[in-house]
Amino acid sequence: MLKVKSVHKTFNIGSVNEKTALAGVDLQLKPGDFVTVIGGNGAGKSTLLNVIAGVFHVEAGTICLDGTILNNQAEHQRAGFMGRVFQDPLMGTAATMTIEENLAMALRRGQRRRLRRGLSSKEKHVFKEQLAQLGLGLEERLSSKVGLLSGGQRQALTLLMATITEPKLLLLDEHTAALDPKTAQKVLRLTDKIIDEHSLTTLMVTHNMKDALKHGNRIIMMHDGKIILDLKQEEKRQAKVEDLLQMFEQASGDEIANDRLLLAK
Amino acid sequence: MYLNILLGSVEQGLLYSIMVLGVYLTFRVLDYADLTVDGSFPLGAAVAAILIVSGHNPLFATLSAIAAGAVAGMITGALHTQFKIAPLLSGILSMIALYSVNLRVMGRANISLLRQNTVYTQLAGLGLSDSWVVIAVGVIAAVGMVAVLWWFLNTELGFAMRATGDNAQMIRSLGVNTNAMKIIGLSISNAMVAFSGALVTQYQSFADVGMGIGMIVVGLASVIIGEVLFGTTTIFRTLVAVAMGSVVYRLVIAIVLQLGLKPTDLKLFTALIVTIALASPIMKGKLQVALGRRKDGHNA
Repeated sequence: MLKVKSVHKTFNIGSVNEKTALAGVDLQLKPGDFVTVIGGNGAGKSTLLNVIAGVFHVEAGTICLDGTILNNQAEHQRAGFMGRVFQDPLMGTAATMTIEENLAMALRRGQRRRLRRGLSSKEKHVFKEQLAQLGLGLEERLSSKVGLLSGGQRQALTLLMATITEPKLLLLDEHTAALDPKTAQKVLRLTDKIIDEHSLTTLMVTHNMKDALKHGNRIIMMHDGKIILDLKQEEKRQAKVEDLLQMFEQASGDEIANDRLLLAK
Repeated sequence: MYLNILLGSVEQGLLYSIMVLGVYLTFRVLDYADLTVDGSFPLGAAVAAILIVSGHNPLFATLSAIAAGAVAGMITGALHTQFKIAPLLSGILSMIALYSVNLRVMGRANISLLRQNTVYTQLAGLGLSDSWVVIAVGVIAAVGMVAVLWWFLNTELGFAMRATGDNAQMIRSLGVNTNAMKIIGLSISNAMVAFSGALVTQYQSFADVGMGIGMIVVGLASVIIGEVLFGTTTIFRTLVAVAMGSVVYRLVIAIVLQLGLKPTDLKLFTALIVTIALASPIMKGKLQVALGRRKDGHNA
């Protein structure tokens, strides 16, 4: 499935602002793996997702999906087999276009855009059914502009758009961090449901340790651009937030001085 | 006399509406303020005029003008997407370069098309009076362009282009090459602008290298007037509104000229229209704050 091999990424090379974001990351995912990624600010979680998605190119190492090396593929080329949901609920949808238009664009993920009709009435029926499953009443608002929706509704829609073609890989970059706690839980439940239904291989970055333990079948912790902890199946099931904090201190040799990570307790 | 002014405004408004629809495509759909327009409008005029005076069929001359405009837009798009030059600056570079190109195309600063065969004289042979021929051509071109754009913006490609202007990150993450979308959009837009230039130059019977100065501002003014007066609830409505905005703009210009505004002050006047339109949301906000404060003062 996904193979990330000794990947290095440094920003602003040669300037005073030089910053190593990924310092040799190795990660292998099996089909159907649902991996949660935790770590402090600047640990490299988002950068890892972004190099996999092709937003940044890496200096060294390879990124390989189902036997194809992706290093030289541009972001829009890789998008054909990767669904993404961003932290900012505004990022994943086009506000001036309608719900059905947004979904129609998602349905054509990775396809060549032609001079065919962008949206058919047959598709509208499919969208209606799938929106109904979100349980947010969006199925009655197919032709509403997405800009009129709330952040939680937009994020749920983005999630549906990211998964409607059942991509090989789903990348979730703190996709509930900008939502209020209640909405965040709702979107997380939806995430679980959708991933489960299609057994999607998923990487989910989160700041919330409880969420990271509760969801998925594997958890990795990053620090200073490296993976310092990798718990699978049974190990993960037994771990608690306190254990994670302790393991973090041991593995990194650092006291946790990171407010966001502590607050997430 | 007033009927003549009215007819003249409608004629010009229709011919310029093709340019305005092109400006709408970049400015509103792609969210790209494209100054190439100031160069591609006279480019269309220059190409059409030189081909006509050298004896080519006016229709062929007009089609060549459209193709030239498409190339100009493509170059602006390449400057922006391949060399990461800011949108405004890429347009300025194309515009300035086109000034020299247009002089080279024409071989001199202006060309007269008096007593030449044009798309209008060809139709006049069918028995229509001069003014009605222009209006017929204008209506066909404007309606045709509105229909084509409406169809295009509802295709898969059109969806991707609208999303590129709305949220480029999002549509890239759905597998669309946003650079290609920008180049295609700029190309279509400037092809339309050059088309408009070719129609206008045949209408006024001369081409001049300076006829594009301030064209982008005229385009923006017409887009804004149309949107405000006729609404933007659907794409179709917006397209019709923007084309009508061009006619209204010409009427406004005719009226202020009748009221005694010097023709040399027209560009200042047009810039003022656009400034007021662009500033109005912020001015409204400031006014409300100021009024609100005064109200509070009274209450206290």
